[in-house]
Amino acid sequence: MANMSLKKVSMPEQKPEERNKNFKEVALGYTKEMAMEEAQRCLNCKHRPCVNGCPVNVQIPEFIGLIKEGKFDEAYEKILETNNLPAICGRVCPQETQCEALCVRGIKGEPVGIGRLERFAADWAMANGKASSEKTERLNKKVAVIGSGPAGLTCAADLAKMGYDVTIFEAFHQAGGVLMYGIPEFRLPKELVQKEIDNVRRLGVDIETNMVIGKVLSIDEIMESGYDAVFIGTGAGLPRFMGIPGENLNGVYSANEFLTRINLMKAYRFPEYDTPVKVGRCVAVVGGGNVAMDAARSAKRLGAEEVYIVYRRSEKEMPARIEEVHHAKEEGIIFKLLTNPVEIIGTDDGWVKGMKCVEMELGEPDSSGRRRPVVKEGSEHVIDVETVVIAIGQSPNPLISSTTPDLQVQKWGGIIVDEETGATSKPGVYAGGDIVTGAATVILAMGAGKKAAKAIDEYLKQGNN
Amino acid sequence: MFKIVRKETLNPSVKLMEIEAPFVARKAEPGQFIILRTDETGERIPLTIADYDREKGTVTIIFQEVGKTTRALGMLNEGDFILDFAGPLGTPTHLDGVKKAAVVGGGLGTAIAYPQAKKLHSQGAEVHSIIGFRNKDLIILEDEMRKQSTRLYVTTDDGSNGTKGFVTDVLKKLLDDGEKYDIVIAIGPLVMMKFVSRLTKEYGIKTIVSMNPVMVDGTGMCGGCRVTVGGETKFACVDGPDFDGHLVDFDEAIRRQAMYKDQEKTAVERHECRLGGVFNG
Repeated sequence: MANMSLKKVSMPEQKPEERNKNFKEVALGYTKEMAMEEAQRCLNCKHRPCVNGCPVNVQIPEFIGLIKEGKFDEAYEKILETNNLPAICGRVCPQETQCEALCVRGIKGEPVGIGRLERFAADWAMANGKASSEKTERLNKKVAVIGSGPAGLTCAADLAKMGYDVTIFEAFHQAGGVLMYGIPEFRLPKELVQKEIDNVRRLGVDIETNMVIGKVLSIDEIMESGYDAVFIGTGAGLPRFMGIPGENLNGVYSANEFLTRINLMKAYRFPEYDTPVKVGRCVAVVGGGNVAMDAARSAKRLGAEEVYIVYRRSEKEMPARIEEVHHAKEEGIIFKLLTNPVEIIGTDDGWVKGMKCVEMELGEPDSSGRRRPVVKEGSEHVIDVETVVIAIGQSPNPLISSTTPDLQVQKWGGIIVDEETGATSKPGVYAGGDIVTGAATVILAMGAGKKAAKAIDEYLKQGNN
Repeated sequence: MFKIVRKETLNPSVKLMEIEAPFVARKAEPGQFIILRTDETGERIPLTIADYDREKGTVTIIFQEVGKTTRALGMLNEGDFILDFAGPLGTPTHLDGVKKAAVVGGGLGTAIAYPQAKKLHSQGAEVHSIIGFRNKDLIILEDEMRKQSTRLYVTTDDGSNGTKGFVTDVLKKLLDDGEKYDIVIAIGPLVMMKFVSRLTKEYGIKTIVSMNPVMVDGTGMCGGCRVTVGGETKFACVDGPDFDGHLVDFDEAIRRQAMYKDQEKTAVERHECRLGGVFNG
């Protein structure tokens, strides 16, 4: 008998007033009992609408059915058939716009907590020492994967499972890409990311860190050194600034720098770790996406008394997940909406002391369909802050495109690919994730990595190399 | 892991290390840098490549023990390993077509000026090198620079060796004596590069300086290394580290360099304490 409750089994969480002082995970995860109870809410629909909403086609009703029966190992194996990083997806996927948006239970009441159940299955398997280690027949063909973020890891894992010898080249000293440097510990514990990476390694994937491709080796040199195909998943790593006066004052960070110092370099544990980060008493984070929420919540945890999200449109237009906005508000982040910075003001010796802003009102919709913000006359005012974090988006890094002459790119820097296969203009070279789409989500990058792995397999089987 | 195959002490606080890093050595060019991390809790720091040997597969770095990381690095010995070593990063210096150059090195900057002098010398250019130090005990690479230079001038602030005064004094005299340079390459403390650039601007000589700001990744990702050049924001890690000295906003760069002064002090003190050093009494 299905559980007909209109609400999801609620997720245990750290209390806002406690968690905004530590970096431990906010959402604590379901117990066995909670998971089985929530799994009972799934109606096991024949037409499986949820699966269509998943960029990597997780067999959702099937794995939930196994949780219902208490077969957690098997549920995990079922997810792994199409998703190499379930513990990560269960936490950071925007389920509300994907699988859960299509769930029949969502028509009346809340959809099934698919993400929470995916997370439960993965965490259970990790805690109980279940790690996939299937060995396949080797094909003696080599594929290079550039970048070890969600796109690269997925592509590499899929290819390794097919029998290819895969080497991932990572520019940083640690694999994981945005999962390590971008998303904070309190949303995605790094120990868990490391376990997922170890699982990928266990499939036979070799990860070479400290390799800045485009500098130490070009794509052509990689191909010449015996690789049959290359996948580029280098992400959107180039920070955008606003181009307003005062952006080079001390105390102004790109969200990339701020979060990399905190997450990858562990500045929140300074001086135990050597890398510092500077957070003033009042902090303004400019932007309205998930990255902005991450930066604001991190600043709060580092001891800032007042943290503002400064966003030029209204809450409705914010690109951040509702859950992230909700968490941020609970933790005491102050939202200054319809507010746009025009200048960062400094002290005589070059430190941030304030940010001059104007108020906005919403006019006609622009090309993105969102209503265009227009400046309100005479609304100029100054917010007192010592730290400003700019989180208005990232662009693709040109290190590879600028050193690979026959690789076609968009004007804004994204690599041009065939949407179905991820094939670039250069034979044998594929690309996917943020380097193609611009900054998007972990799961879309994983979906692209998956498609490319399939296409690379077909390409190499046709003997095109 | 990257093996230290040679270590030399150049002056009491400056050390040289030759590191086994064949991939970096194969591509390194003058003007480029590497980023290293000594251990798991360490910071990523950029150091300019002082020399490279493509056949041996080694890269030489020269560093001054100023912060926690450089002190920890200085304690490693031949045969020890550095955890992470990535490069070559940044854009190489454009030296093509240069027939006559003045290469100016200030203090530790001499180590970075050296590969430039070497490259120019090897392509047959006339190289006038001017290297300056606070006093005679701090002089480094004098013999090496002499080998790569048509003429070498050494200055010390206190006159304890060579000409008393600053590198700018020597450069000004050479210019006033009618020397004509295609290019001046100035590498050293920001203040020195600022004054060399100010001088050469008066004489209308193209001047290249090498910036070494705070960085995290070194690949264009963090933007921490922002430098204002000709009114535009540039990233030293990918657009530089070389820039036109006449266009760099040195005052801003000097300010930005002080961003983590307090934390650097904390890190160093903690490091010294753990060694049972002077700070803990």
